[in-house]
Amino acid sequence: MAFTLYSLIQTAILCTNAIASGVCACLYNWGFVLFQGNIGGFGDEPGIKAQLLNLIRSVRTVMRVPLIIVNTVCIVLLLLFG
Amino acid sequence: MALPHQGYRATKPRARAAPPSGDPLLFDDTSSGAPPINNQNYYESGYNMGAAAPAGQGASGANNLFTDPMASAAMMYGSSLANQGKDMVNKEISRFMSVNKLKYFFAVDTKYVVKKLMLLMFPYTHQDWEVRYHRDTPLTPRHDVNAPDLYIPTMAFITYILLAGMALGIQKRFSPEVLGLCASTALVWVIIEVLVMLLSLYLLTVHTDLSTFDLVAYSGYKYVGMIFTVLCGLLFGSDGYYVALAWSSCALMFFIVRSLKMKILSSLSADSMGAGASAKPRFRLYITVASAVFQPIIIYWLTAHLVR
Repeated sequence: MAFTLYSLIQTAILCTNAIASGVCACLYNWGFVLFQGNIGGFGDEPGIKAQLLNLIRSVRTVMRVPLIIVNTVCIVLLLLFG
Repeated sequence: MALPHQGYRATKPRARAAPPSGDPLLFDDTSSGAPPINNQNYYESGYNMGAAAPAGQGASGANNLFTDPMASAAMMYGSSLANQGKDMVNKEISRFMSVNKLKYFFAVDTKYVVKKLMLLMFPYTHQDWEVRYHRDTPLTPRHDVNAPDLYIPTMAFITYILLAGMALGIQKRFSPEVLGLCASTALVWVIIEVLVMLLSLYLLTVHTDLSTFDLVAYSGYKYVGMIFTVLCGLLFGSDGYYVALAWSSCALMFFIVRSLKMKILSSLSADSMGAGASAKPRFRLYITVASAVFQPIIIYWLTAHLVR
């Protein structure tokens, strides 16, 4: 399994696309409803699910706009150079 | 004895003159007997020699350069421009990563490197795996053999790439693209491993003082095992390869488990009141063991195609 630089970039773009706007969106909504249901103590350490939801939410907030730009650039390049 | 030292020292102070933070733990030079107060003199003489070289050679060239006002003005302008550029680069880089933290990982000396290499290959007799502290900051690798460093992983990575090129050349399968491919593959695996470790440490809210550079260091130590394995495979054939693979895998697994146990398993959990605590040590154990088991897999994956 040989990684070129381009495949690495492609993988990163696809992964962040998935987290920010893809399948994980449904998971996020479903999980968010459940999470609101049982918050758990605020002094306690948040469980795995809460951490994961926090992570997904923060990635979506941060990466929305840059992802639009990067996706557009990627599409244009792929159209031009195949 | 004096002349080789002079040639050696003329390049070192140039790199050392940039950081004025002056942490004595970082910048004690334990590798030579010359007193550190000569640094400034060597730097000035090195700078003057470097400036006089383009004008010509020897003292007459230096005299001619300095008596010509235009050339000397241009030289001073050029040097101030270079200083400005250097400051700007430093400022930009320090926005992304703390350069001081990075310097901590490269403060090594020969004794540390030798002891660490022996520890990586034979960790079974080492007793004390605790990283020692000095007034709340971890000791530099120079003073503590348990501290992670980035010098060994970097050198091992480069040596591994060169060795891979050599191994492929022996089998007449070499081409220059292969070197780049090998380098980027190995680098990507390191990045993946560090990201997975960071993700799992974040998800399980394990509060350790393992920084990103620590994780890069610990996952870079496997390159030493890889180099040893590939060398044995080249020298002794397929049997030697598998024996060396088994040996370095066991040594590396033991090393990783013992090192990370101190950092991950015994760190304070945010939840110190009972209820969830029983799950946490189990997951932390899983992380440590998974990280250790991943090492032989990746060693095999990255070296099997070199020793056919």
